[in-house]
Amino acid sequence: MTALLLEVEGLARHYRLPREGLARPGRLVRALDGVSFAIESGRSLGIVGESGSGKSTLARAVMALETPTAGHVRLDGRDLHALPADELRRARRDFQMVFQDPYGSLDPRQTVGRIAAEPLAALGGTSAAERRERARAIIEAVGLRAADADKYPHEFSGGQRQRIAIARALLTRPRLIVADEPVSALDVSVQAQVLNLLLDLQADFGVTYMFISHDLAVVDHVCEFVAVMYLGRIVERGTTAELFRAAAHPYTRVLLEAVPGTSLGRRARMPAAVEPEIVEAASVGCSYAARCPHAEPRCRIEAPELRPIADGHFAACHFAERLSGLPLPAGASAGGLAGA
Amino acid sequence: MALLEVENLTVRLRTARGPAEAVRDVSFALERGGTLGLVGESGSGKSMTALALIGLLPDGAEPSGKIRLAGQELLGLAESELCQIRGNRIAMVFQEPVTALNPLHSVGRQVAEPLILHGGMDHAAARAEAVRLLDRVRMPDAAQRAEAYPHQLSGGQRQRVTIAMALACKPDILIADEPTTALDVTIQRRILDLIAELVAEDSMALILISHDLGVIAENVERMLVMYGGSVVEGGPTEEVFGRPAHPYTRALLAARPALHLARGVRLKTIPGSVPELADLPPGCPFGDRCTLVIPACAAARPREERVGADHYARCIRLDAAAVAR
Amino acid sequence: MTHPPTLAARALRHPSFAIGGALTLLLILVAGVSLVWTPLSPYDIDVPGKLHPPSPGHWFGTDSLGRDVISVAMAGAQNSILVGVIAVGVGLSLGTALGAVAAARRGWTEELIMRFTDFTFAFPAILSAIMLSAAFGPGIVVSIVAIGIFNIPIFARVTRASANAVWARDFVTAARAAGKGRLRITLEHVLPNILSALTVQATIQFANAILWEAALSYLGLGTQPPQPSWGRMLNDAQTQIFQAPWLALFPGAAIMLSVLGLNLMGDGLRDLLDPRLARER
Repeated sequence: MTALLLEVEGLARHYRLPREGLARPGRLVRALDGVSFAIESGRSLGIVGESGSGKSTLARAVMALETPTAGHVRLDGRDLHALPADELRRARRDFQMVFQDPYGSLDPRQTVGRIAAEPLAALGGTSAAERRERARAIIEAVGLRAADADKYPHEFSGGQRQRIAIARALLTRPRLIVADEPVSALDVSVQAQVLNLLLDLQADFGVTYMFISHDLAVVDHVCEFVAVMYLGRIVERGTTAELFRAAAHPYTRVLLEAVPGTSLGRRARMPAAVEPEIVEAASVGCSYAARCPHAEPRCRIEAPELRPIADGHFAACHFAERLSGLPLPAGASAGGLAGA
Repeated sequence: MALLEVENLTVRLRTARGPAEAVRDVSFALERGGTLGLVGESGSGKSMTALALIGLLPDGAEPSGKIRLAGQELLGLAESELCQIRGNRIAMVFQEPVTALNPLHSVGRQVAEPLILHGGMDHAAARAEAVRLLDRVRMPDAAQRAEAYPHQLSGGQRQRVTIAMALACKPDILIADEPTTALDVTIQRRILDLIAELVAEDSMALILISHDLGVIAENVERMLVMYGGSVVEGGPTEEVFGRPAHPYTRALLAARPALHLARGVRLKTIPGSVPELADLPPGCPFGDRCTLVIPACAAARPREERVGADHYARCIRLDAAAVAR
Repeated sequence: MTHPPTLAARALRHPSFAIGGALTLLLILVAGVSLVWTPLSPYDIDVPGKLHPPSPGHWFGTDSLGRDVISVAMAGAQNSILVGVIAVGVGLSLGTALGAVAAARRGWTEELIMRFTDFTFAFPAILSAIMLSAAFGPGIVVSIVAIGIFNIPIFARVTRASANAVWARDFVTAARAAGKGRLRITLEHVLPNILSALTVQATIQFANAILWEAALSYLGLGTQPPQPSWGRMLNDAQTQIFQAPWLALFPGAAIMLSVLGLNLMGDGLRDLLDPRLARER
């Protein structure tokens, strides 16, 4: 039994949009609406969902970059949002982040060595020489040369920049790394290098990943556990193996069916469900009901709770048991096709 | 005679790092009703090829070779003549519907614009036709949505509007450059389905450009794999996916994580990174990243070798690649 | 592998930067030389030799008091540069500090600072100068302070807009995730990344400061005689414009060329420091 490293409990983040008129106050957006999950130390949880699902807000709340409206984020039992500022700053050595865009996440005016050493510099108490040494070591650990520490980010390709960003995240030997779409901005031929690196680092350093991605194949490759988000809520979670084989929530099933490259040639058209407009959660009932091809009157009245439907498999759908039995498209991708 | 014939298309660019060939010696033919995919990574030349076809190359780019549309040579045409062809006979759908639409005009007006410009319609007729087109791209409540401004629509709906604009003058060829990259996956399928249906209904020819092998696999009959400005492999989609010949195509297919593949296994990687155009190695553009490279690879650019029915690859190590599986 | 041309190489090939830079260099050179040498003393009055047209003895002629115009114009360059440097320095330091604080704090602090700058903006330099000289008497200090105050909101706005864009970038989020505070992020990440925008603005404000200084001195609010100043020279020339047009021509040309040079250089810098051109993907 491994210990729980990260516990997220009832996390909510609501925003008020700017006023639409003098008499009309801005709409309330529930970017996160009661999200709870936990990750065991050394494991990986994938967070999947589309734009507007709240994935990135979740990442920022877990990283204590944003204060939630309600709920708790506990790392090793410590509630991050309840820590005094000074303690939080010191606690940051234990959780770091990797961003999507390796062009935006590195300061163009600083050397790679200085970028990689930033978390140590922020903690204080280390000499410049010591930071330089540690930065060089970590830069080598992610597959670059120590001499690269003196160069500037623009001298590197996208994949190499992402290695630098990973080096920075790894420097303080954090327990948790929150990776927000870490390979989405990379060329396909470079993605594999970075994914392999992340897996190697997990094996070597025992880091825990909270891995946010819209690419189900990538999540399937990296994470033992997965949570599917829709409009600020987790609608399904469980082990990746179980969830991708017997998805119980209709939204998860749509995501799986949408993965391109499952077959060659044209497939049957998508079922004619309602295309998401600028979506807004219904105030009553299931937030997915408006798009759901399986929706029944009950769904518009009664919001389904996230409930266990099998060992370690949770879904927020009234008909989860029935849906999880339905067949999904055979799982092979374009890569699988050729690799066979 | 094919609808579109491209022969030895080369596009020279002046980059800050010196001159570079963004497109090198690309040739293909496209029949009416045919669908062709261009797949490649950043800097592969796929988008530049499309821009050359539609005559929208950036300033300072010099195209050479031949581009014939139904026998008429397009390269070297005056801008005014190109304008007649652009939008009218060849239309394009771009990656980012937000930037392709003018935020200050209603979408109905934007769809009607090419009809007035190229179709010679009056305003009322163009407006009615615009609503019909929006309906055709399955815009819900087309008549009402025609009055909407781009920011009032979702990303998928905006892309539907740009498709309607592209269809307005009944083009012979539709070029879609990463039409779904900016969209969510569940919407991606719907947009691709829509494009496929429209192309089939009007027997247009389609050139679909994507970095996503999965998108190409599902949507086109023939495909060209581009790398460093060159077509390294081309053929019927099933052939290329079923029997990839070029080491790059093979490596690319093996590097992609797939659903239900064993978790945690190491992916096969391609060493190095995508080269910058000005830094391309001499000879084969993939030479410096290829595991099968021999000195002869750098000597000259490989010629097209036939590897199957209508299936070609530019590689001098095809025998070794076939064994190296 | 070919390397991108260095900034210096690109600068020399950039036409407006090269011309603007040359004119600016000329301005600085003339001011520097005039510190140690002018053809004649700019203060020597020679009433009998007044209003001489340009001649080998007096290249630009003499003014109504018989002073050598070229010597006065050369010494006037010092005055323009002095006012420009200090006024831009005042505006740059205070304005950048305000703008950077506004971007770092957001919320009501930002609101307060920006409304304050709007308020300052509503006072043209001329109005401040009139008020200041009414209170303290006219002089070069009045020009410097008036132009400096006018520059504060300009730099505050440029700083805030550029700094807000930097604050939105992921590397700043990464610095926050590392535990750095706002002040440290501003000093280590934000200011280095907006330096080029500020440099361009400073160059253009320098040109404007020269113009305003001339205007204030022309109106008699700025530099006082006998201190040489281009604006003063224009004021003196006004009464003799038909007898001695060269009196207006030379200081006018000096102002025009300096302002043109600095503006061209600012435009050139904008291109040269543009990260999209300077930095390669």
